[in-house]
Amino acid sequence: MRWAAVIAIAVLLALPAVLGSYAITVFIFIFFYAFLGQAWNIIGGYAGQLSVGHAAFVGLGAYTSAMLSIHAGLTPWIGMLVGGVVSAALGALIGYLGFRFGLRGFYFVLLTVAFAEIFRIIALNTDWVGGAQGLYITFTGDPRQFQFQDNRVYYYVSLGLMLLATGVVAWIERHRFGAYLVAIREDENACEALGVDTFRYKMLAIVVSAFLTGIGGTFYAFYLFSLQPNSVFGIPLSVEIVIRPIVGGSGTILGPILGSFILSPLAELSRTYFSQGGWTGMHLIVYGALLIGVVLFLPQGAYPALRRLLLRVRG
Amino acid sequence: MDAALIGQGLLSGLLFGGVYSLMAVGLTLIFGVMRVVNFAHGDMMVWGMYLAWMLATRLGVDPYAGFVLCAGGLFVVGFVVQRTLVDRIVDAPHEMQILLMLGVALVLENAALVAFGPDPQRVRSALTASTLWLGPIFVDVGRLVTFGLAVLLTGALYLFLARTPLGRSVRAAADNPYGALVIGTDVRRVYAVAFGIGAACVGAAGALVSPILPFQPAGGLSLSVASFNIVIIGGMGSLLGAFVGGLLVSVAESMGAVFLAPSMKELVSFSLLIAILLFRPAGLFGKGSA
Amino acid sequence: MAPDARAGSLLDVRGLSKRFGGLQAVSDLSLAMAEGEMLGLIGPNGAGKTTVFNLVSGFLGPDKGEIRFGGRSIVGLKPHAICRQGLARTFQIVRPFPHLSVLDNVKVGALTRHANAREALEQARAVVARVGLAPKAAVAAGSLTLADRKRLEMARALATEPTLLLLDEVMAGLNATEIEAIVRLIAGINESGVSILLIEHNMRAVMALSHRIVVLSFGEKIAEGPPSAVASDARVIEAYLGEEYVHTAQA
Repeated sequence: MRWAAVIAIAVLLALPAVLGSYAITVFIFIFFYAFLGQAWNIIGGYAGQLSVGHAAFVGLGAYTSAMLSIHAGLTPWIGMLVGGVVSAALGALIGYLGFRFGLRGFYFVLLTVAFAEIFRIIALNTDWVGGAQGLYITFTGDPRQFQFQDNRVYYYVSLGLMLLATGVVAWIERHRFGAYLVAIREDENACEALGVDTFRYKMLAIVVSAFLTGIGGTFYAFYLFSLQPNSVFGIPLSVEIVIRPIVGGSGTILGPILGSFILSPLAELSRTYFSQGGWTGMHLIVYGALLIGVVLFLPQGAYPALRRLLLRVRG
Repeated sequence: MDAALIGQGLLSGLLFGGVYSLMAVGLTLIFGVMRVVNFAHGDMMVWGMYLAWMLATRLGVDPYAGFVLCAGGLFVVGFVVQRTLVDRIVDAPHEMQILLMLGVALVLENAALVAFGPDPQRVRSALTASTLWLGPIFVDVGRLVTFGLAVLLTGALYLFLARTPLGRSVRAAADNPYGALVIGTDVRRVYAVAFGIGAACVGAAGALVSPILPFQPAGGLSLSVASFNIVIIGGMGSLLGAFVGGLLVSVAESMGAVFLAPSMKELVSFSLLIAILLFRPAGLFGKGSA
Repeated sequence: MAPDARAGSLLDVRGLSKRFGGLQAVSDLSLAMAEGEMLGLIGPNGAGKTTVFNLVSGFLGPDKGEIRFGGRSIVGLKPHAICRQGLARTFQIVRPFPHLSVLDNVKVGALTRHANAREALEQARAVVARVGLAPKAAVAAGSLTLADRKRLEMARALATEPTLLLLDEVMAGLNATEIEAIVRLIAGINESGVSILLIEHNMRAVMALSHRIVVLSFGEKIAEGPPSAVASDARVIEAYLGEEYVHTAQA
């Protein structure tokens, strides 16, 4: 396992040497959405608290660092952390309300959706942050401003983000924190009876998840040079974040990565090909069908199924 | 603030509330019977709008008559979705149900996008051209008819559930699925019928708003979320709660549009939703706790 | 904690009351346990035994009354905090983490005292062996038989290293051989120094195991004493016979 990981990372590090620029773009999307999915995985997968409002953290992180960069000249390298902290604070608020008041299942989903929507509506109506137009970042190509002439740098940054989140999840999985999160997903009352402060650990999980997701917001803003309320705070982005770990296997360390390797190229390629013939929605139809298929046939996601298959092949 | 403006806001909120009520009644019926939240609710409604649009543009059917066909069409969609998909996850964890319905929503929304393109459409009806004046307040006749028909349909649905054998077995299943099993109801059929009726509600609601509200494929999601807000505020599974909740939320949004800004109206309903989630999760008319 | 033979030094419940709507589930209940004691809590169905467990373990808040554990009040504490003080419980309807292995289930309990995951795993392994589940350590808890689930439920609680263990009907639904084995297990746990408060319907087992017995009926304590005395108490017999009578009348 460890060797497989080392080899995989080595291959990913070497790849840009042989990839064309379009392929690099596709890989950037794979890494970035795997990163967001991995961040979501902590609260949504391991702790089993289904958030469909993670766009709120992306958006808040993106707006924070973009505003700081535009108006205060703060480098996004630091703004990224500030955005993470602001998102973490929002995560703490949502978590506090949701967990203190015992919202579960659909009720928790709606709470997260409601917060993301409120931010979207506020951003749309606040001229100070650009209103419906959103914010635009002038391209300078200055690495200190998180801008790079060479697409390959974004490749390495997004790979780094994915490895960072995966490292965090690997750490969590090996420690008490992870064991508690999984147990909380299974049965909260039983956890309480066994001395687990379920509120505290769920709070920690959502704060860490929101922090990482908020960092992702900065990448989003400074890779695309623009951000609009409907795209960074919208429910569709939240769905994009949720769907990869679930297709890959939520609550597993490789699930979000596998899910992103399956879905991101699919989305990117079909977006490119279908949009030429006016088939804009096609890739999302495929998404929807995949989601239905996964729920019906692979409710644990692709990774556990793949592992079973590998074990059977090996003997 | 001008009193006439507020009165105008109250009235248009109330009139639009009929549609909200019909949407929410459909959602709460599905939830009440099989404890599944229909995340594709708004997208089904958008298909109701496009059906009305096709009827109007291809066959010249006015949406105020065509809504019956739209309801019928969506009944079939709901029935089929229940039979082929939802039926298999009725006992699955909530998360799985939510994800499945999200999948259905994505397929429906984007099928509409592929079929009709992203640009907003509007259906013309002879009725929308005329207005009435009640003193300083004007009433759009189209909105008045939409409201009247929506309320009429909700009433008809209530009568169906209260008076007919099939309707009673749907209600029995909603109250207690095991009880319905014991007294010999075909629960699977009742489930499919209930899902069909729930979808028919938004089929009709979609047709009824198509002359007064421009629509596009991407609009389904916010209609779903609006329906969720209403049923949570009214109380999940409560028909009365959904009906009153629809009027209430619509009036509240319309007041938000008057006092804040038209684009901020949803802020009011989301704030209301969060307050209800925290302090009265069973909703205004719900029984028991969440 | 200094050993103290005085009754009430470990658990001291006074004037405990809990009402659900129109039902007085527990009414002015007082009971005390000494360290090392095994106390049986019996009574007809609906007598309020499980409510007492829920109150003592912090899953419910009492309307009135005081609960002291190891000399300190635990009223108002969350269940996890009470567990950390050394009071663990099982549930009448067992709640294993179904997708986790037996060992991982028990590890969650062990982590309460051993923050280090490896140490907790060692501790969990020892407890799993102690309750006789070692051969099934790697099996998913959801696929265990009822008897094994009851053992797992006890193992998880034991792994939190309690000084007082609340066992809620761990014998219900088991056959005679399984009951015999679990009785031996409970006796062994008690001998190792863990005090036990036991809710049980199996009279033979509870009489054999308990040092003392408290009888509840309609939320009130109607008798208390050594097993032999309780068994011959007229009010106890009436409470149980009355229940029998109600049962026959309904059938």
